Amino acid sequence: MERSLTLIALFAALIAALGLIPKLTLAFGVPITAQSLGIMLCGTVLGAKRGGLAAMLFVALVLIGLPLLAGGRGGLGVLASPSMGFFIGFPIAAFATGFVMEQMGRFPVAWAAGIAACVGGILTLYLFGIMGMMMMLQKGPVEALLLVSAFIPGDMIKAVLAGLITAALARARPASVLSRV
Amino acid sequence: MISLTSPVETHAHGWPAGAKIGALCAATLVLFGVGHVVWQAVFLGGMLVLYALPGRQFFTVGLARLRGLWPFIAIILLWHVVTRDLTEGILITLRMLTAVGLANLVTITTRLTDMMGVVRWLCTPLRAIGVKSDRIELAMALVIRFTPVLIDKGAMLAMAWRARAARRVGWRIVTPFAVLAIDDAEHVAEALRARGGL
Repeated sequence: MERSLTLIALFAALIAALGLIPKLTLAFGVPITAQSLGIMLCGTVLGAKRGGLAAMLFVALVLIGLPLLAGGRGGLGVLASPSMGFFIGFPIAAFATGFVMEQMGRFPVAWAAGIAACVGGILTLYLFGIMGMMMMLQKGPVEALLLVSAFIPGDMIKAVLAGLITAALARARPASVLSRV
Repeated sequence: MISLTSPVETHAHGWPAGAKIGALCAATLVLFGVGHVVWQAVFLGGMLVLYALPGRQFFTVGLARLRGLWPFIAIILLWHVVTRDLTEGILITLRMLTAVGLANLVTITTRLTDMMGVVRWLCTPLRAIGVKSDRIELAMALVIRFTPVLIDKGAMLAMAWRARAARRVGWRIVTPFAVLAIDDAEHVAEALRARGGL
């Protein structure tokens, strides 16, 4: 019980820290914010239930006014911004990632985590993101998809990284990768 | 850990957090219900007046928080110039600015402890079905305490990377970063158990 709670809390802190440390740079000079990578890792490492709870905890803390989103944003204003759908979708995306990860128990960790991150961290998250854009900017689904499409390649890279990082964690701390225990 | 609450004391700091959030919900519903650009401009003006009331410092610092919206504003206006429907673009922009501005206003005039009170109140139905809400509060406190700790550790990792590599800090530091978070979690869990557990 204690372990579940502290892992959930520390992964919520990890999502925040990944968004607040200076931007990481990929090999060809593209800067990425690692916050959505944190969401993916919550699912691939902690599994559906705990991963979803960690992301939910993060969302709750941002809403009550902590500046934990990338760029130091936070507060209730996040819910009124056009990217609100992505924010609301974080817990569901982490849950979906964890769910897929748990279903793929027979596959190698890296592949399972990569695929789970694609389904949860990209498909599910963008579904919510696009719905949020449609609502806030009063656009159709195709127009909203066009507005967010620039970020999809970066997130595909993050899904691959989530796979590699989860595999490395499964070797370094096998007992803590709860999605595989 | 700093919160977004404004250090400039306003009357609104003393109002109940729940009432402020309720009023914000009502105001947002009105904003999304009114589809006329003139009204939206009036609402934006009203929002600016609210920011101006506590004084100049509050006004400039408060409105600076809206800066993050400019890429969206640029895209929306450009989009509507292309579709030749600029009025609609201006309407959406005004509404977005007012909605985010009002929501930020609630955040910066409400202390973290008052917001935690709202969370506790929202957890009441959960307690009825057997969820122990004090665990939620403990988890929140842990995140607030450990986020700056992890940020410091992340900065150390980045520094160690720079000391050894010519290339810029890459994704490879995320693995040791996550290992640090996992180890901290295990240590804290052990400490909690040693003190009698949950």
